[in-house]
Amino acid sequence: MTAARNGESVAVQDVDSLPTEGLQDRIAQEVEAGRRIAMLFGITLPGERRLVAVLADDAASRLAISSSRVEDRFPSLTPACPQAHYFEREIFEQIGARPEGHPWLKPVRSHQDDYPFFEVTGEEIHEVAVGPVHAGIIDPGHFRLQCHGETVVHLEIQLGYQHRGVEALLEQGPSRRWALLAECAAGDTTIGHALAHAEVVEALAGCAPPPRAHALRGLALELERIASHVGDLGALGADIGYLPGAAWFGRLRGEFLNTLAELSGSRYGRGLVRPGGVALDLSGEAARGIARRLVRARADLEDVAGLFFARPSVRSRLEGTGVLTRETAERLGLLGPVARACGLERDVRADHPTGIFGAVLLPMCTADTGDVLARAQVRWAETRRSLDFLTARLAGLPEGPARVACGPPAPDRIAVSMVEGWRGEIVHVAITGADGRFVRYKIKDPSFQNWTGLALALRGAQISDFPLCNKSFNLSYAGHDL
Amino acid sequence: MSLIRIRLRQGHRTLPLDSDVPQLPEGFRGRPRIDPARCADGCRDCADSCPTAAIRLDGVPRIDLGRCVFCQDCVEACPQGAIEYTRDHRLSARTREDLENPERVRLAALDERMLRMFGRSLRLRHVSAGDCSACGAELQALGNVVFDLARFGVQFVASPRHADGLVVTGPVSANMRLALEKTWAAVPEPKIVIAVGACAISGSPFAGSPSAGDGASGVVPVDLFVPGCPPHPLTVLDGLLRLLGRIEDGRR
Repeated sequence: MTAARNGESVAVQDVDSLPTEGLQDRIAQEVEAGRRIAMLFGITLPGERRLVAVLADDAASRLAISSSRVEDRFPSLTPACPQAHYFEREIFEQIGARPEGHPWLKPVRSHQDDYPFFEVTGEEIHEVAVGPVHAGIIDPGHFRLQCHGETVVHLEIQLGYQHRGVEALLEQGPSRRWALLAECAAGDTTIGHALAHAEVVEALAGCAPPPRAHALRGLALELERIASHVGDLGALGADIGYLPGAAWFGRLRGEFLNTLAELSGSRYGRGLVRPGGVALDLSGEAARGIARRLVRARADLEDVAGLFFARPSVRSRLEGTGVLTRETAERLGLLGPVARACGLERDVRADHPTGIFGAVLLPMCTADTGDVLARAQVRWAETRRSLDFLTARLAGLPEGPARVACGPPAPDRIAVSMVEGWRGEIVHVAITGADGRFVRYKIKDPSFQNWTGLALALRGAQISDFPLCNKSFNLSYAGHDL
Repeated sequence: MSLIRIRLRQGHRTLPLDSDVPQLPEGFRGRPRIDPARCADGCRDCADSCPTAAIRLDGVPRIDLGRCVFCQDCVEACPQGAIEYTRDHRLSARTREDLENPERVRLAALDERMLRMFGRSLRLRHVSAGDCSACGAELQALGNVVFDLARFGVQFVASPRHADGLVVTGPVSANMRLALEKTWAAVPEPKIVIAVGACAISGSPFAGSPSAGDGASGVVPVDLFVPGCPPHPLTVLDGLLRLLGRIEDGRR
């Protein structure tokens, strides 16, 4: 396989090409040896279809890229390597090559045919169907809980309702729409996806953003993480009826969104991250204002979190609910806080750092019980680490420009960019053709891999735990559906 | 005891709305403004830079708020510095055409019969139809202690049967079209529809995608358009309260 690094590009002709079975064997071996599938996707070119695999070696901070020509059918990798399961379903849907022997070959986003739901049969089995339009302000998805009494035997999740065709639009151009489309891949992760996009374009164009841009992007990424994590803690409070937590975390989430607006003019950081740097610089006075604001917000946050995590009524509701084992998380290739709550140490900021994270190490936060409480604890620990990071960065922002000109992508290259968004590893892969336009733009939001984790966390759980488990994962519908 | 101490420290956070121009951050991007006097002859730089084709240059240059995503691209592209964002967050309109008007059009409230029914109590159902989740997140924020939508008698409810209207976000993706139609049909008459965000108004970045639609008005009749990407919660609140006749210019 061809060696690469996060945020680097490689000439397409230099990418190692293997026969399909050779590629599959190689991936299985590498995964056995501790590597992960960061991305596995199909591409339709004139006259042929290809599979492209990107494997991540977290310990060595390296990536490996390989590709293979594929025909109508190919032997499925999933039985030997379960973390390939969702990628192979997507490959079948996107380029029509069938992974033979796949145990669960169902649509990912397409609603063209009736979805083949798994049916549990037997006396006293009943089914609860929810969605797509939910009883709250939430994105659409369809959930079927097959239950025996109150116990969930199987949860099946059908998504795709939010499918907008983001990848296809990116491949059509024009380039002035690219950054906006990336921001809209998952709107609550605007900075994460915009950053992954900017880094992939910079890798293709050979552009190096200035240090100040890296620092400002880091501030925005961590503010997005804090706002989301704090919001999630509030949502957990609301779901278990602990209203002080719901109200105060909810208000504080807004505090961090407003801080992001100080930085970018938008509460979601829209329009800030662009190839070459950031579109808006921060004055010294504004940076000091943000630092002061963070001191106040942190004091309030410490109060509320101290109360929340010390409350026996809160802990007893979260403890032991929606447990995922470390082994399951590893086999499925789960990502982000969900994986770290099962004890898996994986975080792009530490494993494959780019930008500011190449210079500043953010210690990884893990827990080991894999339940709702662990997912909440990891979010809170990360919030504190990110606050420390923000305070330190604001005190010494590098001088100089915040943006340099970024030229067009070079022709016939492939680039991979990974960013640790607040939900976990975001991956953007772009391949340019002879004219420098994207012949393939592939996006992975961590939700793509983590939704299966939610389904498995519900096995054997009480049906009334579903909302709480769902909140503790808080996955993206838009980021999955694209 | 610690709960009471923290309760006191957290204080009272609900935003008073005694003026219709609240404090927004310095760089907040509200209603954009083009100064036509500064435009050079034949210059198209702003229109060519716009990711959503929101800028029209025939006649008076104008920005279609129904497409605008309030990014920096035109501001950066303009060699004359003729485009700027004001901090005016009052952007909503009753008709699609009013959003294309460079001057703010006074937003008319519902008619008297509707106001009698909904003026002091409006129940809404949210349908997310291909949005990126940012608009939905801002609608959710409306319920927090800061914006406290419920104090105005407006609530989001869990069933279309309990609702007086729908709030639609997103361009109406092909896979959500049927669900939106069914949800709308399930709301008892009379009912209203509010389209929130550039996607729900025009499809914005997704306009023309076969998987996405060009906004809610192709599927359901829209009574209120709230521009933004996503709109600030105060922009949504302003539109709602004007629709309900609860605020008019200069007074509440």
